[in-house]
Amino acid sequence: MKPSVLLSARQVGKAFVHQGQPRWACRDVSFDLYPGEVLAVVGESGSGKSTLLRLLAARLACDEGSVHYDVRAESENESAGLVDLAELSEARLRWLARTDWGFVEQHARDGLRMNVSGGANVGERLMALGARHYGNLRSEAVSWMQRVELDTGRIDDLPATYSGGMQQRLQIARNLVTHPRLVFMDEPTTGLDVSVQARLLDLLRELVDELQLAAVVVTHDLAVARLLAQRMLVMKDGCVVEQGLTDRVLDDPQHPYTQLLVSSVLTP
Amino acid sequence: MMDQHYNFAFLDERTKKRIRRALLKAVAVPGYQVPFGSREMPFAYGWGTGGVQITASIIGLSDVLKVIDQGADDTTNAVNIRRFFARTTGVTTTEKTREATLIQTRHRIPEVPLTAAQILVYQVPMPEPMSRLEPSRRETIKMHALSEYGLMHVRLYEDIAQLGAISRAYDYPVMVNERYLMSPSPIPKFDNPKMHMNPALQLFGAGREKRLYAIPPYTAVRSLDFEDHPFEVQRWDHACALCGATESYLDEMIVDDAGSRLFVCSDSDYCEERRDTGHVGTQQAVTLHDALATPADVITPSQQEAA
Amino acid sequence: MTALIETIALSKTFTLHGRGGLQLPVFSGIDLSVQAGECLALTGHSGSGKSSLLRCLYGNYGASSGDVRIRHLGDWVSLSSAAPREVFDVRRRTLGYVSQFLRVIPRVSTLDIVADPLRRLGVSAEEARAQAAQWLKRLNLHEHLWHLPPATFSGGEQQRVNIAHGMITAPPVLLLDEPTASLDADNRRVVVDLIHAARAQGSAVVGIFHDDEVREAVATRCFDVEQHRQPI
Repeated sequence: MKPSVLLSARQVGKAFVHQGQPRWACRDVSFDLYPGEVLAVVGESGSGKSTLLRLLAARLACDEGSVHYDVRAESENESAGLVDLAELSEARLRWLARTDWGFVEQHARDGLRMNVSGGANVGERLMALGARHYGNLRSEAVSWMQRVELDTGRIDDLPATYSGGMQQRLQIARNLVTHPRLVFMDEPTTGLDVSVQARLLDLLRELVDELQLAAVVVTHDLAVARLLAQRMLVMKDGCVVEQGLTDRVLDDPQHPYTQLLVSSVLTP
Repeated sequence: MMDQHYNFAFLDERTKKRIRRALLKAVAVPGYQVPFGSREMPFAYGWGTGGVQITASIIGLSDVLKVIDQGADDTTNAVNIRRFFARTTGVTTTEKTREATLIQTRHRIPEVPLTAAQILVYQVPMPEPMSRLEPSRRETIKMHALSEYGLMHVRLYEDIAQLGAISRAYDYPVMVNERYLMSPSPIPKFDNPKMHMNPALQLFGAGREKRLYAIPPYTAVRSLDFEDHPFEVQRWDHACALCGATESYLDEMIVDDAGSRLFVCSDSDYCEERRDTGHVGTQQAVTLHDALATPADVITPSQQEAA
Repeated sequence: MTALIETIALSKTFTLHGRGGLQLPVFSGIDLSVQAGECLALTGHSGSGKSSLLRCLYGNYGASSGDVRIRHLGDWVSLSSAAPREVFDVRRRTLGYVSQFLRVIPRVSTLDIVADPLRRLGVSAEEARAQAAQWLKRLNLHEHLWHLPPATFSGGEQQRVNIAHGMITAPPVLLLDEPTASLDADNRRVVVDLIHAARAQGSAVVGIFHDDEVREAVATRCFDVEQHRQPI
């Protein structure tokens, strides 16, 4: 069976008004993402990559173009086809964000409830979907904490007592508990210690592989792109300057900016 | 005798009309918080202005009013509010639940079952059940609109994880008509089952927060719980010292420096009625040693019904 | 005899924008066709573009003009115009590549690196690791190395990991970039045998063989890349 497109961006653009003039944070971005594909969006600060991510996750409305998602029909795993996210009700979007999507924030504090325990954080989505058995919720939480290599003895501890790397792992578990098909990640390893970054990347790579996740990963780190993504978009000043196979873009960059980026990376 | 300097029941007719309109909306959508134009009352916020405005809007000459505070008719608050209405309406007041048509209450539901001819008005300090979990009003409005109540369950989960059981003993959140999450006001969870399928109309008013809500007669009201941690009411191992009641909510009063305590019905009318019909309690305080030796049992409402 | 990999007027020129748009022509107008069972050796002096050509065949470098086509599941797939996921599928099932330098995922054990291509084909972890173990044994990599990541291995050891990784799925098209450069005589012989076996199974092989002896032992044909240097 031919796999169908999961996420489709069509000439997506967002402008902010600055001194009366529109300034395009991101413009004319198009791609089709299939199940199981990981797309890295790479660029420096101001490139528009974070804006693009928020547009794709429907956290911002498009000023131009549209984002389409293969919404599952309410009955079982039937597909309702590609639906324009702008046409979905807020209720449906929020439901989508809680079930079929994940969003891993750069700072775990933005993606976790800091005032409830690790276990409660992992179980929240399930409770929102109607899970009402405490024992089951707890064993789900334990199982996911093991999966992301967190000490299950910390299940009742508040996330504020976790280290940065552990908080990120908790965030990942919290997002994956509903088996989403698509995960958005905003600089998932930035800001962590290098060795912690490395282990987290390994975990992400394994999970993406094992769960056949599709993902859009925003990063400024080319090594993260190479490790996690099959495809890459390179952004500069709101535009996509190059896109294609990750290894092709990194080993044989065509656009001047891509060549600059690749040659700028320090290798130890 | 009604004081002629004030309009009937203190509020002007337009205000009463607006509040009644809001009440109709509230009754039409059980458990949903309806904003209303709360007025300045001759006493401060936090002393029942919401409840009083509702009572004032619906009270009529033929009504018989009862006012209780923590179950008692004779505390300062109850006395003042009852006198307020006596003065501004001339309506008959009573301390007997069975004789009342309109009952305003702070933090308790009377023990005597209510009838379809009665209305219960609750005083509510904070109408938003999720206020401690989500401070943003905008966000809680959305959560109610979209029926997103996972957060409240997260709180209950957290209680069980940290304390072994759900710790809420009062103001225990309920689902009304299986649609809206509601705060029943700070009544003890002991009283929660009384709200379910009650023949009386239940109205809730929060003056400072400017919201009111309602539970129409015979509406389903379910206290939140988990399948493996079901909702339980409190139960005491002692009876009321005055009337010997074993099924009512008991106040526990320390009576001496040795820690001896007297267990007495919180609902003063209920206790008095029992005494009038000949029931007698031990008339004695329980020593600290005895109070600690017999732990309070907890039973589920269904067990309570079977008993 | 079926052609499994073809190039049509394939050209490659690097444009260095950082050097003011300096153009470095590598090769142009290459027409190749490699059949099942053949082993085509790319020849030419160092710097003549052999590795670049091989990378074009893998899709790692883009073609400046012309095309590279792979016979994948009975159909021709053009690497220049295929969508990324199609190229990935081609690489997963049909096109194997043994690069000159090992660049693999860090912190993963040698055994898992070699088993990975089989896992991607749906083989169970247990079975994949068992086969990986056999390949590593064949290539004389000691068992105590299997559970270590190869980053600290010697050049020769890394190369053998590379070879196992690239050949374990017996891909119909196999690209080899200097597969014996750091190996001793014994291991060179093992690799020669492996290439023979691949050809016998019907794979088309394209390789760069620095060692004359090895080239003579495995190649059925040669192709001089240096002759195609001038741009059109």
